[in-house]
Amino acid sequence: MHTLELILAEHAFFKGLEPRYMQLITGCASNVRFDARTYIFREGEAAERFYLIREGKVALETFAAERGSIVIETIEAGEVLGWSWLFPPYQWHFSARVVEPTLAIALDGVCLRNKCEEDHDLGYQLVKRVAQIMMQRLQATRLQLLDVYSFRA
Amino acid sequence: MLPQLYRVQHVRDEMPDTFTLELEPQDGSAIPPFATGQFNMLYVFGVGEIPISISGDPAKRKPLVHTTRAVGTVSRAMRELKPENVVGVRGPFGSHWPIEHAMGKDIVIVTGGIGLAPLRSAMYQITAQREKYGKVALLYGARTPEDILYRKELENWRAHFDLEVYVTVDRATGKWRGSVGVVTRLIPRAPFDPQNTMALVCGPEIMMRFSAAELEKRGVAAGNIFVSMERNMKCAVGFCGHCQYGPNFVCKDGPVFQYSHVKDLLVKWEI
Repeated sequence: MHTLELILAEHAFFKGLEPRYMQLITGCASNVRFDARTYIFREGEAAERFYLIREGKVALETFAAERGSIVIETIEAGEVLGWSWLFPPYQWHFSARVVEPTLAIALDGVCLRNKCEEDHDLGYQLVKRVAQIMMQRLQATRLQLLDVYSFRA
Repeated sequence: MLPQLYRVQHVRDEMPDTFTLELEPQDGSAIPPFATGQFNMLYVFGVGEIPISISGDPAKRKPLVHTTRAVGTVSRAMRELKPENVVGVRGPFGSHWPIEHAMGKDIVIVTGGIGLAPLRSAMYQITAQREKYGKVALLYGARTPEDILYRKELENWRAHFDLEVYVTVDRATGKWRGSVGVVTRLIPRAPFDPQNTMALVCGPEIMMRFSAAELEKRGVAAGNIFVSMERNMKCAVGFCGHCQYGPNFVCKDGPVFQYSHVKDLLVKWEI
């Protein structure tokens, strides 16, 4: 099996996906690396790819004029960066800044999106996996909003 | 039940609202041994008495160390103490982190905010006998980078090749190069074997609840997860009932509980 296909098949995001889909997904994947302080994507740009982070650290951030850059969360090894490629308007809502040199597998979201339209079984599998990540991040964000370490007299 | 007199040796600011008290018995006697996770009742004369976990090294008999936050009448008065002032101390009380049962196992410590204070003692104990355990991971969450407690010790532990130390903050600006996100996000990232792990969890109750749930999701059995509960403790010996928590008294049966024993209570709003 091709190294990339093996890595993808073993990744939690794709675990359990049928081999025929894995071959197809591997065709949409490539290894990428990013230097620290560079941006993988910026808020408002077209969301055409997503990333499985293999090493490194990426900060999802936004900007407020009076506060400067604000980090929403960091995405680290083993985690998935980006889901806007799957949902209209296919634009990034936050910017992804590389905090530590990062190795990742980039997946062509436009290619996968088109394949999902052609094969709804694949579409369901990918939406289910992305929804799982969204749920985990939503729960974490809710806990973050609770501001549990602040003291209120 | 009678407080022993201790002299304040040192008051150290950890953060604007958090401080560490170092105490020594006024009469020069030995400090009673304590187990990690236990607490003392500290009495500021004329003001009142509060429970505070012991955060010092159990192997070092002096001084007696407590870290707390100035949030109420007594702790604020405590914050104003100066060296040579005298306070009353009763204790140690309560249950402890059952580290003696973790030999050969991985240990994962999940803590947030000032919850690191009672677990610092546990870290001292674990690092002093490091060869007895498998992987050891400390996962710590703070509100912002400025709110990180015991920063130097975290840096020191992180420098050890046989300790995994992960620190995250809930909010940060672009200047912070560490992790951002709640402490529960660190649980899937940490290296430990869930089938052979003891987890020690301390922090705000809601943080402990979510952390325990995440540990269970990772595969750690509820019986191998321990949490440190906090309630309004007064007598500290199970007589007054102020700290009743379901069928337990936190002062006597806790503060450290097996998560499986309190899991159902943690989601009851009335308790």
